[in-house]
Amino acid sequence: MALQDTVAGLNAVETGSGPPDIHRQSTRPARRLPVQRAWPAWAIIATQLGILAGVIAAWEIGARIGLVDAFFWSQPSAIARTLVIFFTEGDAWTDIAFTFQSTIIGFALGTTAGSGLGLSFWWSRNYAAIVQPYIICFESLPKLALAPLVILVFGLGLASKIAIATALTLVVSTLTAYAGVKALDPDSEKLFYSLGASRFQVFRKLVVPFSLPWIISVLRVNIGLALTGAIVGEFIASQHGLGRAILYAGQTYDIALVWVAVLVLSTLSIVMYLAVSWVEALLQKGVNR
Amino acid sequence: MADPKLRIDQVSMAFPTPAGHYQALAPITLDVPEGCFLSLIGPSGCGKSTIFNIVAGLQEPTSGRVMIDGLDATGTIGRVGYMLQKDLLLPWRSVLDNVVLGMEIQGVSIPAARKRALPLLRRYGLSGFEHLHPRALSGGMRQRAALLRTLLLDTDIILLDEPFGALDAQTKLKMQEWLLQLWSDFRKTVVFVTHDVEEAIFLSDEIVVMGTRPGRIVETITVPVGRPRERTSALSSEFIKIKERCLALLSADAPNDAPLRERAA
Repeated sequence: MALQDTVAGLNAVETGSGPPDIHRQSTRPARRLPVQRAWPAWAIIATQLGILAGVIAAWEIGARIGLVDAFFWSQPSAIARTLVIFFTEGDAWTDIAFTFQSTIIGFALGTTAGSGLGLSFWWSRNYAAIVQPYIICFESLPKLALAPLVILVFGLGLASKIAIATALTLVVSTLTAYAGVKALDPDSEKLFYSLGASRFQVFRKLVVPFSLPWIISVLRVNIGLALTGAIVGEFIASQHGLGRAILYAGQTYDIALVWVAVLVLSTLSIVMYLAVSWVEALLQKGVNR
Repeated sequence: MADPKLRIDQVSMAFPTPAGHYQALAPITLDVPEGCFLSLIGPSGCGKSTIFNIVAGLQEPTSGRVMIDGLDATGTIGRVGYMLQKDLLLPWRSVLDNVVLGMEIQGVSIPAARKRALPLLRRYGLSGFEHLHPRALSGGMRQRAALLRTLLLDTDIILLDEPFGALDAQTKLKMQEWLLQLWSDFRKTVVFVTHDVEEAIFLSDEIVVMGTRPGRIVETITVPVGRPRERTSALSSEFIKIKERCLALLSADAPNDAPLRERAA
């Protein structure tokens, strides 16, 4: 009884006026935690396929009854025919190989050189301070705007595409690797030096393995950037490649071929993305964080 | 008489600040005999960590010398084992490979280092954890690994900077006994920093009480309690007398806890 009085008294003090309303709670409607029922995976996939089929069907029917202008938009049946021709009679494989090659080489060069550059900033604070503004400038520079210059310098062939893909990936890797270096706990370095380590030992046994997750995390971003660089290079001037196929098809009003080349390009992009994601997951597991 | 294992000879530390010259450490002289377990206690900002950094060669003192076995070792690294407050285990290495890091850096081949470390890991309570990664370990186990990494170095002196500060009370007691076991097995000279007066008394042969503004030695107290020590010795009159003395010295140094800004000025 005495305890209840005390509690009631406290409540009265808290609300400031009148006796406490003990029944306030029960007058509120009971509300349950909202529950969302998850669909099974097959239902999700079936719905996705249904939407895709619906869009393609609507496009085709729209083109046939004249609702969609097939001259500008083409139509699925024409695209399918062109796809077959592109692979059987056209340059499909040459173009794919060309674009793939410049992307992969640019990706590898840019990522390796960029990561190395980022890691190298650990060695000297002065060097990092001097070089950093240049890196930031290069990062903010719209590198694709320089593509015509790159084509002039490196020529019409593979080299210019690789150069653009490298330029796009290099900065991202540099900045990310440097972010890894900067995240290093100074106490870890202190520990290494207290054990009598040389600078090279600290670099090899601490800085590099510590920064690896950062370096690896950027691989997926870089493969997309490298592909963009390669395609832009092909847009500007090239004799092969999917980018060149798209440009050529557009200039000759072959809209179906534009769609085909874009489709092939997307497939290439997805395949490379998945491959790099797989490598990334494998590496992350290897460095064991 | 022979030289002490470690001599801190008139070591001082001063920083230039915008407000003027800040004396972090007044000239300090301290002898640590071979095989001694010495604890430094004192309020934060009394320069305990600065002393450790100087002895480990990570910081140049403004004046004075660090002597090891009678030879000048000021500013040289790798001469003492130094365990920082954090365990700093490398997350990409297994426990075993973390423990051998010191030997590896000092030039022992990795297989040889592993061979030497493995039985010790097993003997000192890390059995079954050798090939796990540190994130799978509890705080106490991580400290054990870090301590073994320090002990396996080819150095006679080890500096321990509040190694058990972050552990819960139960684990801490266990770790103290474990440390005493290691100390009597390895016969190293230990300098130990702690905030915990009882921990200092239980572990040490000698306690150095430090004060602030500037960091200095207030008093050196010898602990006459015999070894091996039991937990119950904390109830003995000599133990309590030392504890009272330490607490009195510590509270005399900081009559009213001055704000940090004022202290730095």
